[in-house]
Amino acid sequence: MPSIVKPVVTHPGLDRNALGLTIRDYEGGMSTLCAGCGHDSVTAAITHALWESDTPPHMIAKLSGIGCSAKTAAYFARGAHGFNGCHGRMPPIATGASAANRDLLCIGISGDGDSLSIGLGHLAHLVRRNVRMVYVIENNGVYGLTKGQFSASADVGSTTKRGEANHLQPIDPIFLGLSVGATFLARGFSGDKRQLVPIFRAAMAHRGLSVIDVISPCVTFNDHEGSTKSYLFTRQHDVQMTVTDFVPPAEEISATIPTEGVVSIPMHDGATLRFRSVPDGYDPTDRLAVMEHLMSARGRGEIVTGLLYIDEQSSDLHELGNTTEAPLTQVPYEKLCPGSAALAGVGFR
Amino acid sequence: MAEERFQVTRSKVNDFALKLANVNGTGSSSANNLLMRAIFRMGVPVSGKNLFPSNIQGLPTWYEIRVNKYGHVSRAREYDLMVAMNGQTYARDVAEVTSGGFTMYDSSWPLDRDLIREDVTYLGVPLAEMCNDEFKGPRERILMKNIACAGALVAMLGIDMEVIAQLLTEQFAGKEKLRESNQRALRLGHDYATSHFDYPLPCRIESMDATRGSILIDGNTAAALGCVYAGATVAAWYPITPSTSLMDAFAKYCAKFRRDPETGRNNYLVLQAEDELAAIGMVLGASWAGARAFTSTSGPGISLMQELLGMGYYAEIPAVIFDVQRVGPSTGMPTRVQQADILTCAYASHGDTKHVLLFPAHPAECFEMAPHAFDLAERFQTPVFVLSDLDIGMNDWVSPALEWDDSYVPDRGRVLDAGELRELEVFHRYEPADAESVAARTLPGVSELGAYFTRGSGHTIEGAYTEYPEEYQAVLDRLSRKHTAVAEHIPAPIVDDRAQAPLGIVTLGSCELAVLEAIELLGKREIAADYMRVRGFPFGAAVRAFLDAHDTIIVVEQNRDGQLRTLLTLETPVSKEKLRSVLAYGGYPLSAEDVVDGVTKIVEA
Ligand SMILES: Cc1ncc(C[n+]2csc(CCOP(=O)(O)OP(=O)(O)O)c2C)c(N)n1
Ligand code: SF4
Ligand SMILES: [Mg+2]
Repeated sequence: MPSIVKPVVTHPGLDRNALGLTIRDYEGGMSTLCAGCGHDSVTAAITHALWESDTPPHMIAKLSGIGCSAKTAAYFARGAHGFNGCHGRMPPIATGASAANRDLLCIGISGDGDSLSIGLGHLAHLVRRNVRMVYVIENNGVYGLTKGQFSASADVGSTTKRGEANHLQPIDPIFLGLSVGATFLARGFSGDKRQLVPIFRAAMAHRGLSVIDVISPCVTFNDHEGSTKSYLFTRQHDVQMTVTDFVPPAEEISATIPTEGVVSIPMHDGATLRFRSVPDGYDPTDRLAVMEHLMSARGRGEIVTGLLYIDEQSSDLHELGNTTEAPLTQVPYEKLCPGSAALAGVGFR
Repeated sequence: MAEERFQVTRSKVNDFALKLANVNGTGSSSANNLLMRAIFRMGVPVSGKNLFPSNIQGLPTWYEIRVNKYGHVSRAREYDLMVAMNGQTYARDVAEVTSGGFTMYDSSWPLDRDLIREDVTYLGVPLAEMCNDEFKGPRERILMKNIACAGALVAMLGIDMEVIAQLLTEQFAGKEKLRESNQRALRLGHDYATSHFDYPLPCRIESMDATRGSILIDGNTAAALGCVYAGATVAAWYPITPSTSLMDAFAKYCAKFRRDPETGRNNYLVLQAEDELAAIGMVLGASWAGARAFTSTSGPGISLMQELLGMGYYAEIPAVIFDVQRVGPSTGMPTRVQQADILTCAYASHGDTKHVLLFPAHPAECFEMAPHAFDLAERFQTPVFVLSDLDIGMNDWVSPALEWDDSYVPDRGRVLDAGELRELEVFHRYEPADAESVAARTLPGVSELGAYFTRGSGHTIEGAYTEYPEEYQAVLDRLSRKHTAVAEHIPAPIVDDRAQAPLGIVTLGSCELAVLEAIELLGKREIAADYMRVRGFPFGAAVRAFLDAHDTIIVVEQNRDGQLRTLLTLETPVSKEKLRSVLAYGGYPLSAEDVVDGVTKIVEA
């Protein structure tokens, strides 16, 4: 099966971003996923957020592992380099790319099998390192590409198409993230682009790693009655814990009318994150409080969505490593080689 | 009685071996180093091999010193002098002394009568007793016992006390109290020996001038420096013996040479990964983004890296991997040496993969091969392995001082910049290929015109996904041609065919010294042999020519299955029947005697 190149047709009436680019310029190859697959909607939201963010496409690096979800890295930002790695191994590859060139906007696309089963260890350590990148989990509770086996995010009691129930406890990336020091945690639903776009915008501006768990139903293997990752079940149980606006640096914050109970969080690059609605006593910067809210929501059987936790204070990988401001790839060789004279002090003489 | 024996022993001035048996974790290494360095300073060729356990405290550890005025300093199998300080291994240690040799022991306790050999002279020094009287505190007493023992050895081996005093001054600069106590302990041992024994022994040191211009250095330090000089900026690793000191040294030298004097910021990043899968992933990610990146590991790490190594090969991403080999399979013997990762590295990962290997033989080559490895990795856009080993990596070797050519320009391979991309009608990742079957790559962050999707799944020459046989094979076949093209860029083998003998001995890596010495010894037995040390894979014309030119070829290597021999039969036209093996794989560095015995058996069969 050859890959399918999408014809680029730019409508003259399309809006242009600050770079003069239209949304078409942030699209990629034609999707080869099943019609109705949640992953395609996530792609659309990422595409939109990238266009809004005015990022030059060549400064984007798209990285993924293996799975239906991993394929979607090919379906946006055709002007960006992509790296479709090995199953579960995207986090270290992204860490290396980001280590080498800190100016890249790294976008990691993963699945629940990729991130929570085979690659769980890497994800936890990516979080600990606070690599500055956007990490998206397209979470459908199954291994789509290998035809519907349960993944580590399947809920207890959720059933396969044939009616077999899962008995193992799920791994929730949000709880995992909270326990290993994540600095940006959000959950979305592929069916709600309006909620996803500002979350992705904030994630792209975040100082460090942002993990976005997107419930993204697999129409072919996990959208039936009995599944807790179906469109219907997700719609019925989705509770938006927070509603956020992303206000870019250029825009005047005062222009937006302040509301009762709004929490505004300044981001390191000058943008502002505005929590338009949060439950009483919910502080998205208080790890413990967030953990408690999420625990009790879980007890109520809710699928909590929204930007759930943020920490703009912690240092990222490069700050911790005290690396030079320019990308390491741009440091001239003359600065890297100590030269023959420095060998005089080497070894025991 | 001692007097008598001294006369029957032939003079072994600058030609002997001694072994120090100790318990690990008792601080014997600083005394060992002191002796090794003193001999080196006296200008005499020497080697020091640390046979240590995979343990932190309480298990047997040995240090072997071989002194040889001709430079034959591969491992000795028998010792003229045994310093038997470990009761656990006493019987085994005494058995390794040559007839007519000596055993030094701590006479604070009586010697077990059963272990006394008639043909060995015993030199009892009451080390514990003397140190208990002289020093306070259990830790200091134990440490100083080792130094006092070194003092006795200094006397018995005729080592220059002034050289020793100078070494202590250097070692303890600014720590006067420590220097003083060490000096005092040395004196204790020294004076006891000179007042109780006939000294020096027939095996002793006399000053020479054979180490001028040389340094003592271990291969891991040299390799790390090579990476600094090569311009590596990203390093990722997971700790494992015997490769850990390579990354430690890299971090140390980077802290020294790579901190921008103006900003105080680092022109490097060392990532301690969560495992070796991550380490190689980070290296691939960084290389893909345009940095020179490497990892250092040992056998178990190589096993874990397999899947991504295949991706590096197939998607054509540079990577440099230092494999400091230890004994396998499995965890094996982590602190012992083998050359048993040759095949697993040559064909690492599933599917048709073939990699590029370099085989350094000593620290200076570790240094030189590091930039070469990066050049090859980037020129051919593929993983390159540097197969060092524990003996090279962790032991100090007398090495020519490291040299650097300041005119070196890194070979970054074919990488298109934004301007070059604009000149092109269209960019395709895997075409057009040059004469060496390499296609130009592009880096992220440069230009939209160079964007492509790197994938380990089936791809066309354009880089697009495919499942069509002809499209897939076009790429796979080019990879095979590319691998072949690397051969002429591999360092040429070291050949000595002056004997013009029908017998050729082929070896690699740290076997070198033992094999060269063995060829001399074999010559004395009227067995003439030519010599070739291969320095990398794929094999070039010079390797094939040597194999062609000899009727019988004996491959000497340190593994059970003759892995280099297998690789030669698979990857050159040489007929299998011509190749024989001499193998040593017990975990100790190779000795010339191992080679002489093995070759003699084959030749006389
Ligand atoms: C090492 C390895 N083991 C197994 C596979 C087979 N495999 C491919 S995709 C996949 C699961 C993908 O599941 P997920 O990450 O949830 O992605 P989805 O397809 O559901 O989007 C598996 C097991 C593989 N590619 N590599
Ligand atoms: S199998 Fe499921 S996850 Fe994969 S493309 Fe189809 S719907 Fe999407
Ligand atoms: Mg899935």
